[in-house]
Amino acid sequence: MQTPEEYELSRRGVLVGGAASVATVTMVPIGTAAAATPPAKSPPTAKVAFEVNGTARELELDTRTSLLDALREHLHLTGTKKGCDHGQCGACTVIVDGRRINSCLTLAVMHEGEKITTIEGLGTPDKMHAMQDAFVTHDGYQCGYCTPGQICSAVAVLDEIKAGVPSHVTADLGAAPAVTKVELRERMSGNICRCGAYSNIIDAITDVAGVKA
Amino acid sequence: MKSFTYERVDSAAAATAAFARTPGARFIAGGTNLLDLMKLEIETPQHLIDVSRLALDKIEATADGGLRIGAMVRNTDLASDARVRRDYGLLTRALVASASGQLRNKATTAGNLLQRTRCPYFYDTNQPCNKRQPGSGCAAIGGFNRLHAVVGASDACIATHPSDMAVAMRALDAAIETVDAAGKARAIPIADFYRAPAKTPHLETVLAPGELITAVTLPKPVGGTHIYHKVRDRASYAFALISVGAIVQRDGSGRVALGGVGYKPWRVEAAEAALPRGAKPVADGLLAGARTTHENAYKLPLVERTLAGVLTQAKG
Repeated sequence: MQTPEEYELSRRGVLVGGAASVATVTMVPIGTAAAATPPAKSPPTAKVAFEVNGTARELELDTRTSLLDALREHLHLTGTKKGCDHGQCGACTVIVDGRRINSCLTLAVMHEGEKITTIEGLGTPDKMHAMQDAFVTHDGYQCGYCTPGQICSAVAVLDEIKAGVPSHVTADLGAAPAVTKVELRERMSGNICRCGAYSNIIDAITDVAGVKA
Repeated sequence: MKSFTYERVDSAAAATAAFARTPGARFIAGGTNLLDLMKLEIETPQHLIDVSRLALDKIEATADGGLRIGAMVRNTDLASDARVRRDYGLLTRALVASASGQLRNKATTAGNLLQRTRCPYFYDTNQPCNKRQPGSGCAAIGGFNRLHAVVGASDACIATHPSDMAVAMRALDAAIETVDAAGKARAIPIADFYRAPAKTPHLETVLAPGELITAVTLPKPVGGTHIYHKVRDRASYAFALISVGAIVQRDGSGRVALGGVGYKPWRVEAAEAALPRGAKPVADGLLAGARTTHENAYKLPLVERTLAGVLTQAKG
């Protein structure tokens, strides 16, 4: 643990050292930390093979790598976004074996043999998925950062309703859930949009579902 | 996140054996809570044993007319099961009131029971927390504690258990089946599963190190009207301030368990005899001996009023 004095010292080091003497700047914190840290050894890795957007991929990863980081940093599929990195915002939503999950809260090495679909796998600018098309038509975004997660989630939501998965607002657990705005709003609650494009997002999904709004 | 080694196992026996030979190991299944805590270095396992592919993903009828729910059954699948929706509606209602669709697709039955508190001081490693670092103190007592426990708490910890599913399981008299490294199996009634915080809030369940949950069993259905009413700060995707899970029979008798009030799903069987007389005597019995702060005292009337609403709804 750093005491306030040590913090003060390293902070002053930064101020005094400035840009000209990087060594001076870094010396204090490293010196403090080194005493407690054993000599560095490379972190454990593991191999994983899975299918991403129809293509077989094999990676050897630091075991700590989340599926999200594997997609973005190793496979350079940067459509999937990192928002909170704690499963609270839904920006990282991808579809794994037909189910939407938060890719930030799962380890890549746990997905051996699975089929992963990201926003890039749903459609391309020339050949958009119906849900992507509907988001454009209905202006279902503003800044666009949450949009890949919203779209992956929306595609999976319609499948969930079709499969009879109940929700918090399903009135009769004995009946098949319906595609209604109320159902969609509840089911999309794991995807936060800070710009507040929610009503247009719901319009886009109801459009794809063929439901009159 | 601290680095760790990883292995995937294909049987419960292999899982417990792996635990026994590897110091600092943890089981991982859905991972939605464990990885979150590992990122914050609140959990720092040196080895992860991936149990997510164990063949414990079935929901089967038991000989006595109940259900055995495999430990790896995902929350979505449990909520969607036709038998659960028909006979244990309270369980489906509690599950779909929890987390988000994405999380329910990953979270398992066993992991849901074992999820850790969402006390913000437990999550903030700059704050003392007896649960995270035994003996360091409790920042929630005297801090921001409107979300915290009103019953069963101690001077060391006032955290609540965050699970909705466990509240339904408690009202349904579920039992938790486990196996240990020696291959010994046992069934623990959910009423005995969680440990009171007392002076050791870091010990949360009666599970021994390396003991693995294999299933949760439900006794045969008890009928009645099943209602789960969760009160939260927003309409969806939030933890409970309080929740009421109830099974009410035509004659007004029934069962009630509460979420968001203590370290475990809170049920006091003796209080249920008062159900035909309305919410107040039941709430009084459930919350007898409650200790509140000025920030969470609202939970007492909120429980009573929510229960009153539930009982009205049950009458149809």
